[in-house]
Amino acid sequence: MAGAAGPGTGPGAAGGDGDDSLYPIAVLIDELRNEDVQLRLNSIKKLSTIALALGVERTRTELLPFLTDTIYDEDEVLLALAEQLGNFTGLVGGPDFAHCLLPPLESLATVEETVVRDKAVESLRQISQEHTPVALEAHFVPLVKRLASGDWFTSRTSACGLFSVCYPRASNAVKAEIRQHFRSLCSDDTPMVRRAAASKLGEFAKVLELDSVKSEIVPLFTNLASDEQLQKAVGPKITLHDLIPAFQNLLKDCEAEVRAAAAHKVKELCENLPTEGRETIIMNQILPYVKELVSDTNQHVKSALASVIMGLSTILGKENTIEHLLPLFLAQLKDECPEVRLNIISNLDCVNEVIGIRQLSQSLLPAIVELAEDAKWRVRLAIIEYMPLLAGQLGVEFFDEKLNSLCMAWLVDHVYAIREAATNNLMKLVQKFGTEWAQNTIVPKVLVMANDPNYLHRMTTLFCINALSEACGQEITTKQMLPIVLKMAGDQVANVRFNVAKSLQKIGPILDTDALQEEVKPVLQKLGQDEDMDVKYFAQEAISAVAQRLRKLDFPVKDSEEPSGPGADKNHFLRPRGPGEDTGKAHRERAARVAPEEAVGAARFRGTDVAKGPAYQLHVHTETHLPNWKLQN
Amino acid sequence: MAGAGGGGCPAGGNDLQWCFSQVKGAIDEDVAEADIISTVEFNYSGDLLATGDKGGRVVIFQREQENKGRPHSRGEYNVYSTFQSHEPEFDYLKSLEIEEKINKIRWLPQQNAAHFLLSTNDKTIKLWKISERDKRAEGYNLKDEDGRLRDPFRITALRVPILKPMDLMVEASPRRIFANAHTYHINSISVNSDHETYLSADDLRINLWHLEITDRSFNIVDIKPVNMEELTEVITAAEFHPHQCNVFVYSSSKGTIRLCDMRSSALCDRHAKFFEEPEDPSSRSFFSEIISSISDVKFSHSGRYMMTRDYLSVKVWDLNMESRPVETHQVHEYLRSKLCSLYENDCIFDKFECCWSGSDSAIMTGSYNNFFRMFDRNTRRDVTLEASRENSKPRASLKPRKVCTGGKRKKDEISVDSLDFNKKILHTAWHPAENIIAVAATNNLYIFQDKLN
Repeated sequence: MAGAAGPGTGPGAAGGDGDDSLYPIAVLIDELRNEDVQLRLNSIKKLSTIALALGVERTRTELLPFLTDTIYDEDEVLLALAEQLGNFTGLVGGPDFAHCLLPPLESLATVEETVVRDKAVESLRQISQEHTPVALEAHFVPLVKRLASGDWFTSRTSACGLFSVCYPRASNAVKAEIRQHFRSLCSDDTPMVRRAAASKLGEFAKVLELDSVKSEIVPLFTNLASDEQLQKAVGPKITLHDLIPAFQNLLKDCEAEVRAAAAHKVKELCENLPTEGRETIIMNQILPYVKELVSDTNQHVKSALASVIMGLSTILGKENTIEHLLPLFLAQLKDECPEVRLNIISNLDCVNEVIGIRQLSQSLLPAIVELAEDAKWRVRLAIIEYMPLLAGQLGVEFFDEKLNSLCMAWLVDHVYAIREAATNNLMKLVQKFGTEWAQNTIVPKVLVMANDPNYLHRMTTLFCINALSEACGQEITTKQMLPIVLKMAGDQVANVRFNVAKSLQKIGPILDTDALQEEVKPVLQKLGQDEDMDVKYFAQEAISAVAQRLRKLDFPVKDSEEPSGPGADKNHFLRPRGPGEDTGKAHRERAARVAPEEAVGAARFRGTDVAKGPAYQLHVHTETHLPNWKLQN
Repeated sequence: MAGAGGGGCPAGGNDLQWCFSQVKGAIDEDVAEADIISTVEFNYSGDLLATGDKGGRVVIFQREQENKGRPHSRGEYNVYSTFQSHEPEFDYLKSLEIEEKINKIRWLPQQNAAHFLLSTNDKTIKLWKISERDKRAEGYNLKDEDGRLRDPFRITALRVPILKPMDLMVEASPRRIFANAHTYHINSISVNSDHETYLSADDLRINLWHLEITDRSFNIVDIKPVNMEELTEVITAAEFHPHQCNVFVYSSSKGTIRLCDMRSSALCDRHAKFFEEPEDPSSRSFFSEIISSISDVKFSHSGRYMMTRDYLSVKVWDLNMESRPVETHQVHEYLRSKLCSLYENDCIFDKFECCWSGSDSAIMTGSYNNFFRMFDRNTRRDVTLEASRENSKPRASLKPRKVCTGGKRKKDEISVDSLDFNKKILHTAWHPAENIIAVAATNNLYIFQDKLN
């Protein structure tokens, strides 16, 4: 790749006194400054190759100084550079020289782009481990201090991530300084710095001596937790008993955002409590607050809680779950906010393990039915997506009894997106419950819709067949589905007819050659001569796909009558062929070119049959979000 | 924030002597439309001053270091960078031309050695990075310095580029483009004190953006009625509180200001505070509603007050009192009798902006005839000054101007009838820490400063 972008002189003119192996490296180095970002990026990604060729000495004295000044480059180049430098220790001469990597990474840790800064910090953390204790204090710690006392907040936020990696290996005097710097970042003027410090508080506390944690971190934590602006960053990561009261305060904070963030951490906090006495602490000190949150006024708080509350059941065990948690779950299942209910439903499996599904299903069902019939289609869509999951949890028997009818009802929803999702849902259910279940429960109901007076429902049958055929296998597809599809080829609505063509193309690979040859082919041929241009077009597409399949199955194709070009046989079903007969190629090209124009014409002139809904629909998809046309003020 | 809380710098206003410092822009009487300045803004340190114009250009001036050789020049502003921020566009879906005119510029708090600003026209907001470069890499492997290719098979050693010093180069590069979020014309942008979000307001909606995310913004205020025939009021300006990242205000064409708290709900259609001065029924006229429309709203640096500009006056509100402003200053009361003709020549719809001094002790806003007004909040005195090329000698003091309203015109007074309504000062800016002001008069930018000693 590198060679291709080099100057015109082609390889092969070997000779001269130069070293051939240097050429690709020379190209890579030159392309570090190429105008094309892609080439620069390419070179940066091969930085290790360049460094290897240069040797450790030149890498240190020439390459790194040059790289330190590339911070003007595009973000993606900088990101790649930051990543590369993290693995560069070996290439600069090992741990003794790891500090040479600090200057470029320091510049990268102050750029405006968060992703680049984060990557630079990550690499700095990596190479900090490779520093000798002496080098760490001589080079790395000063860098952390420089960043921590930088003029701009970007460098100070970057510093926050570096304290915990250098602290454990520093001497006591330096440790005190590091703690001091961290303290001042915790009370920085810029909220973003305080937030970064708060998010690293837990990590830093882990490497601190117990005394320091008690005397310094806990006060810091309490301060940050009462910080007006950005309390939510303070995840309760330190599981000391002192922190329970602080956590309780967060759970009843006046800011909804804080309560939501705290609620989100309920499970994590409970898990991290010492096992001994955990149950008592949760029951007495946490649960009362959780109960309050279930009826919080803010929906974000409730939904945050709903996403983790189920996890408490594994911690508390069966009896406590039934007695204390179940009422909360049920309250949340009946919550007015759909997100809360969804969060509960999607985490059912953890409760299932503890108390069994029977207990839960009796109260669960009404909530699901309600969601399934929600007036907002997005809510319906979301619940459909949970159906396969629920089905797996509830088992086939329960599903047939209670939920099957819902799934079928979605197929005739008036929103296309719901019908589409319902179709996919059926496919996943079949994958779960097997073909026999499909044959007995799903397929008959789907096929009945083929006779529906609404053409949209007839099309849904086709879409279902597209989705189900593969899961159901050849036998069901050939015996039950194919006849219906073929019958629909005579539908009076053109949209149904061209979807028949598309379906035949789709299920073709599942059918055997006999069915293809004897049943599919004649119908496609007929559709290929349909009066409607679109039907013709899709029939032709299907014909060529089927033909290809027949050829793959060694179905004899009369070569003598075929043009030799690849794909030129696309239309050989189109019209009866004889020697010298038109191959259909010209015709196909015309059709392809004309089709879009005529489709527009068709859209405009085809009438609308009131009883059957609009006779014509845009053929791609029914757009659910049409562009918002608004008047200029 | 610089100068917040008072005491940091002198009181400003008319107790100071203002003197001429610099004027930028062409002298020609013929003014090209594209050269008309449409916004002026100092950055947080005051070392940079940005202007935007109707031609979509942004010009940035940088304050020179104090020059010991020339004691009179106290850090003049010279051109630092010029770039084309916006180009004229055409919206084919709606058959609308989109002007390139820069409506607003807002600087971001400095986050590294580079400077960042947001500029916006009617539809699209752009984030620009202005950075310096003073080193250049030299040396290729495959070609000579003059560009001649070397024989690739005669390479005997690898060359790593070497950095050489070069003349300072200032680059402006577009970092982000925030487009397609506004159906109506953007009138305000404001950067939040959290350093990572900003708002943009158009006639009917306010959106909240993250500075790093261009493909998503959140609508936080929407006053569009279901039926546009019922539209009675539009948003005219919006700004974030300088310290509290959850609070912002927006003003309306009805002369009211709403303060919203983003903590209470994601959609701020319901305000937390509503500032409105009851109308005096005796002075009601056909023009009442037009002239009460607020053209600009600005928080004081301290965050305690906000200032609003309507057609004839500028008002200071205490955030703790919603019922009436704590101060009302008349800008050009003598125009009250002229409203009819100002309506006919559309001047009544001019959008005058206003600004605070660094210490919040004085305020400034523009008027017609290249006049601008300053009000000292402590002494309650005010002064009218003129931005003019006459008397534009360095350090020449600005003489106060008077407009006569009665029958008898005194010496040095100007009659209301002889005011030039084509010369309007809409945009002004005050250095955040010092008494240096920038005044945009059509295509010229005047810089004045206080006269020391």
